[in-house]
Amino acid sequence: MEKKKKSLLQTIPGWAWVLISLAAAILLWFALSINPKTARSFPFIPAIFEAVKKMMDNGALVQDFCSSMISILAGFALGFVTAVPVAFLMAWYLPVRGVLEPWIQFIRNIPPLAYVPLVVITAGVGRKPQIIVIWIATFLIMTVTIYQGVRNIDNTLVKAAKVLGAKDRDIFIKVIFPATTPFILTAVRLGISVALTTLIAAETTGATAGLGMRIRSLANSFETAGMLMYIIIIGIIGLVMEKIIKFLEGRLTGWQEKRE
Amino acid sequence: MAGKERVTKLKIDNVKKVYSTRNGEMTALNGVNLDIKENEFICVVGPSGCGKSTLLNIIAGLDTPSSGAVYIDDRKIEGTGTERGVVFQQYALFPWLTVLKNVMFGLKLQGKSDAEAKEIAMKYIKMVQLEDFVNHYPKELSGGMKQRVAIARAYAVKPEVLLMDEPFGALDAQTRTQLQTELLKTWESERKTCFFITHDVDEAIILAQRVIIMSARPGRIKEIVDIDIPYPRDQETKMSPRFMELKNHIWSQVYQEYLEVRK
Ligand SMILES: Nc1ncnc2c1ncn2[C@@H]1O[C@H](COP(=O)(O)OP(=O)(O)OP(=O)(O)O)[C@@H](O)[C@H]1O
Ligand SMILES: [Mg+2]
Repeated sequence: MEKKKKSLLQTIPGWAWVLISLAAAILLWFALSINPKTARSFPFIPAIFEAVKKMMDNGALVQDFCSSMISILAGFALGFVTAVPVAFLMAWYLPVRGVLEPWIQFIRNIPPLAYVPLVVITAGVGRKPQIIVIWIATFLIMTVTIYQGVRNIDNTLVKAAKVLGAKDRDIFIKVIFPATTPFILTAVRLGISVALTTLIAAETTGATAGLGMRIRSLANSFETAGMLMYIIIIGIIGLVMEKIIKFLEGRLTGWQEKRE
Repeated sequence: MAGKERVTKLKIDNVKKVYSTRNGEMTALNGVNLDIKENEFICVVGPSGCGKSTLLNIIAGLDTPSSGAVYIDDRKIEGTGTERGVVFQQYALFPWLTVLKNVMFGLKLQGKSDAEAKEIAMKYIKMVQLEDFVNHYPKELSGGMKQRVAIARAYAVKPEVLLMDEPFGALDAQTRTQLQTELLKTWESERKTCFFITHDVDEAIILAQRVIIMSARPGRIKEIVDIDIPYPRDQETKMSPRFMELKNHIWSQVYQEYLEVRK
């Protein structure tokens, strides 16, 4: 009996599970919205739509979204272009590794919220500190990830290239670079994720717009429907970015032996 | 093979290799001397860990001897060179390149055009009978197929010296026999010098003019056996009394070394 049930469950396709999962979430949400203890923090879907409409009409939603995306993308881009060379230098040069690795390990475990005030005092308020905070956080995670990847390159591949006549430059372009691509893409994925989770901390820096800043300002006036809407939007941005990167990974590193 | 010019192609001069490991110093090779003539076919046999791959790596220029040196055409070997091709024990295919692109890799480095490189690559892919897999990635191939790609890739750049580390180890008997025949053909027609490591005594006798038996701990040459069976050799050769005689001799020597290692 138990066995039969199992095989029946296994015939449900992946997309159907997504729908089931979504339905369950909405059900739970509805339960929270009618429970008197939690109703205040979890207004149901109609209230959310109202909040969307209101924030669209006064232009705040688009402005917040754009502001946050600019900070995230700028911080992430800076993090990426600095992480790649630093990771390679760490993998290849012992002194660079010896000095930088302990720093990175140390700073990596500090929540960004803790050093935000220092960044503000140094860089002032506005866009600049937001970008800097996201830059620091994404740089750390991406450097560590790419560095591990470069260190794990199979040395026999470098040897194989050498005996076929590859010079240092060829080895870099034709072996090291493709061999590291999977790790760089993983780093990008983690970097984007960290950029999003750091956003709220980054926008405590006296931002005038932004998803994180708006959540805090709505919290001050107890507008829970708006808050919930912004939280959901951040979640959706994360999902979409993840999907884009997964797609790129499939395209660029389909040759890989191991894939989840 | 009397009468043919016998110029020294590779001179292995008192090569010693010591690895320093966590457990102290480890002598992998202890004074190896060997002259390999141009267009000679050498097979190396010996127990696992006796330094066969180490010696091959040093000839390839991928590793440096702790003392002594290897000379090619009287020139001291320092680093790799395309006149020495290598088939590695662990295939070493580029996983992000298809079979065709793997075989084209060395040809492109020589500055050949895509069309020319492809034409040459296809010729060698056909030789190893993988023409149906040109656009497959290494992860989609069996161990034996990967090894054949590695062989095609090494042959394609036409090295003067072929250094092969158990290249036919993962193949079935039929493919193995076919590739042995192809290798002998290439060796004769293109006057290659071959340094071929194998665990298979039959294979060593079928291919080689001289079989080098190595002893372990530390790695040295124990004996050099001249294989005085004329080419072309084929499966019939394996029935001949001389073959049996040589096989018994080499096999017992290797077995003795194997027992030494086991001690
Ligand atoms: N990079 C290295 N560092 C330390 N020791 C090494 C290294 N490479 C090889 N050795 C040691 O040197 C010895 C010879 O190794 P090698 O790979 O040449 O053996 P082999 O004859 O090719 O064996 P097999 O038949 O198993 O391939 C072994 O004992 C091995 O442990
Ligand atoms: Mg070996």
